[in-house]
Amino acid sequence: MNDISMKVLQNRPLTADVRELVLQGDTAAIIRPGQFVNLKLDGCYLRRPISVCDLNADRLTLIYKVVGRGTGLLAEMPAGETLSVLTGLGNGYDLSLAGDAPLLLGGGVGVPPLYLLAKRLIGQGKAVQVVLGFNRKSEVFYEEEFKALGAQVCVTTADGSYGTKGFVTDALPEAYSHVYTCGPEPMLRAVYRKIVTSGSFSFESRMGCGFGACMGCSCKTITGYKRICKDGPVLEKEEIRWED
Amino acid sequence: MGRLSVDLCGIELDNPIIPASGTFGFGYEFAELYDINCLGTFSFKGTTLQPRFGNPTPRIAECPAGMLNAVGLQNPGVEQVIVHELPRLKKCFHKPVMANVSGFSISDYVRTCAALDREPQIGWLEVNVSCPNVHGGGMSFGTDPKSAADVTQAVKSVTTKPVILKLSPNVTDIVTIARACADAGADGISLINTLLGMRIDLKTRKPILANTTGGYSGPGIFPVALRMVYQVAHAVSVPVIGMGGVSSAEDVLEMMMAGARAVEIGAANLVDPWACPKIIEALPSVMDRYGIQSLTELR
Repeated sequence: MNDISMKVLQNRPLTADVRELVLQGDTAAIIRPGQFVNLKLDGCYLRRPISVCDLNADRLTLIYKVVGRGTGLLAEMPAGETLSVLTGLGNGYDLSLAGDAPLLLGGGVGVPPLYLLAKRLIGQGKAVQVVLGFNRKSEVFYEEEFKALGAQVCVTTADGSYGTKGFVTDALPEAYSHVYTCGPEPMLRAVYRKIVTSGSFSFESRMGCGFGACMGCSCKTITGYKRICKDGPVLEKEEIRWED
Repeated sequence: MGRLSVDLCGIELDNPIIPASGTFGFGYEFAELYDINCLGTFSFKGTTLQPRFGNPTPRIAECPAGMLNAVGLQNPGVEQVIVHELPRLKKCFHKPVMANVSGFSISDYVRTCAALDREPQIGWLEVNVSCPNVHGGGMSFGTDPKSAADVTQAVKSVTTKPVILKLSPNVTDIVTIARACADAGADGISLINTLLGMRIDLKTRKPILANTTGGYSGPGIFPVALRMVYQVAHAVSVPVIGMGGVSSAEDVLEMMMAGARAVEIGAANLVDPWACPKIIEALPSVMDRYGIQSLTELR
């Protein structure tokens, strides 16, 4: 983990309430796709955790949905502003589990961490299949970006206004070697029930510190209590224990 | 003695900075970031007789100038703390450490403290009678002078280590509670634990915290904490550890001017994991600015 001062290069809307933020600064502490960073915003006490969407050595792309005061403040940050960023948090996805034809399932703002994952897996020569789920056509983002990586992309919308009507679980391909997923919990539960292979699930939680100190985001798993921020956010299918 | 060193119940601290229980785990996460031996000491994660998962999530909520938590004393239980955590802690921290203990009955406190008393690295027992996030224990012992005195007396009878009672601000008169503990033999008093609070989510119209209420910490509580430290330090003769929203070297000096012998830092560690070493590094120059030669002169 590093505390890096990063400069806003771009902060643009992708849809009505989803935005793409490009920051400049050292990204060396980010090792795996699926890790996250924790942003300090003027006017908020606690940091705001956001998953890593893409990066190179000195550039970090984050995608976030404006849901509350913190992300509202973030949306107003103009280019040129700097912010303190704790980087390299969380375990991230284990690429060694992918097999030959990994399947990536993303829902809404669960889509972003799958972008860097797809990029890395394609870089390893994997045949990557991606299903991106949204509520409606106006909320779809990054379809073209995933296609440009060389992934086979299917988009679903719950209302059928674009792509396949239904949820990501209604558009699973016939064959896949391993599933990587991120999205709202009801989606993760549906994916868990439906997939026939191993799977890596990325969870969201309200966090205090983001680095394992406060026990604010603990959960129960088959292998004991885990902290979403430090031992997660990615849990493997066989260790997940759903709370009722 | 260096200019930052202070005496806490007969044990010299290199400086008065102590990360507060519940914000520092058993030190490992921070030992990955900096040499935690720069600290005066730290108070490890609140330990109970039995293992506890704690409260359901969400356990955390944002507040103006701070945060709410309702973790609910998640910890592996005293036996696992002794078998697994303390040997690991010893590898990264080489000073006396403060054990933080909580309980649901006097017998819980006694058995937990008796077990920890045998651990050589433990310098002090900080007995938490102030957790607002558990039911049938914790704070209920710290809101009644008689109960607080009973816990103090019972714990004192099973340990030779200094016993520091950690008090709740959620009382009408904290001085009465502090006096009761001191009269029952407490070697020190630490205060304040968090202030009981809550938040409601406007969208769901329900409390943000699964536990409904939680403890408010952060800079917003600093003036309340400072006032209570001042009142208690002027009412008892044992050393007082001040805490509550301390975030800077200036806050540390203010706490010590109010009568604190040492200062615990809590929520600040969660926002800036390097908060404590930064404060320790800043102290000498801030002392210079205010003409303070050594911290002992603030007593």
